[in-house]
Amino acid sequence: MHRTTPSIDMTPMVDLAFLLVTFFMLTATATPDEPVQVSIPSSVSEMPIPERDMIIITIGKDNKVFFTVDGQFTRAKMLEEMGKQYQVSFSPEETHDFAVLTSFGIPIQTLKQFLALGREERKQIVQPGIPVDSLNNQLKDWVLQARLANPKVRIAIKGDDDATYPVVKKVINTLLDRKVNRFNLITGKEALPDQLKAAKAAAKKPA
Amino acid sequence: MAEIQGGGGEGGKKGGKVRSKKSSTRIDMTPMVDLAFLLLTFFILTTTLSKPQTMEITMPEKPKENDKQPEVNEKKVLTLVLGANDKVYWYVGITEPEAKRVDFSKDGIRKVLQQKKSEIRDMIVLIKAMDESKYKNMVDILDEMTINSIQRYAIVDITPADKEIVRETR
Repeated sequence: MHRTTPSIDMTPMVDLAFLLVTFFMLTATATPDEPVQVSIPSSVSEMPIPERDMIIITIGKDNKVFFTVDGQFTRAKMLEEMGKQYQVSFSPEETHDFAVLTSFGIPIQTLKQFLALGREERKQIVQPGIPVDSLNNQLKDWVLQARLANPKVRIAIKGDDDATYPVVKKVINTLLDRKVNRFNLITGKEALPDQLKAAKAAAKKPA
Repeated sequence: MAEIQGGGGEGGKKGGKVRSKKSSTRIDMTPMVDLAFLLLTFFILTTTLSKPQTMEITMPEKPKENDKQPEVNEKKVLTLVLGANDKVYWYVGITEPEAKRVDFSKDGIRKVLQQKKSEIRDMIVLIKAMDESKYKNMVDILDEMTINSIQRYAIVDITPADKEIVRETR
């Protein structure tokens, strides 16, 4: 009598496992390390964030403002123009360092010292935030230069739950001064309440 | 499949030589599978499922010096004042309004908005945030506008009169 070895053909399972591995590897995106942790509020909005050409203005819990824009070319050009405006010159190395930087919250006057630091040292430093006061509004200039460097860019505000309204107002007013009337607020996902479904159904019917 | 069958065996029986039985070239896949599942687990755990969403808002242009503000019927205006500690104060009209205090819950501001929406035709909502209010409150109230499908609303600056009304409500 033929005795079968108790072995299972694992091939389909392995196929599936590798398929999943490939899927997760391709969909994974490295999250850039940010200078502040922000817990974003949730909303029922279901619009995804565009992945490219975004200015993200982060408002931290302690009301500090951070700025970032994607695209190394955009960032390099933006820094050059900002340097001209504020009479700070940046070397090619510093420009490169800045181009690969993530979100930053450093006044332009001390940006040079900040860029001189190593990667690890930069993480240790508590960044003071970008000035948004009416007398010294550097955010305004960053937004302008980023938009000049990349005209397609869109603006999103990523605020922390506990950021207070006055600073949010300052940021919004800065944008309005730059004639940016349409912008995005980055929010987390929230379950759609029944009311919304009901309201949507009611809106279809004539009152 | 991992098993590779040997070529057709007919030609091999020349000279009565008995060939050893062909061993199947089966590979032990266990280490590979281990690795595959390790990677799978890693990627599953590191993937963030809920990607953040955005809420698009459009603000009106800043009024110029000599621009005329449109006039509205004050009876159609519902003012929401976002106060400290996640509270909302609301009142209808402008002259001698009676403010009430609610919170951001489902039975709080949402009920008020729904009720007022059915009572007042073409209601206009003015959102005024006090300095003590949080960014979360602003997002929440904008969200309520979407939930209750209120089309006409605006975020405006708070006036001393509003602050006075709120103080009296406390």
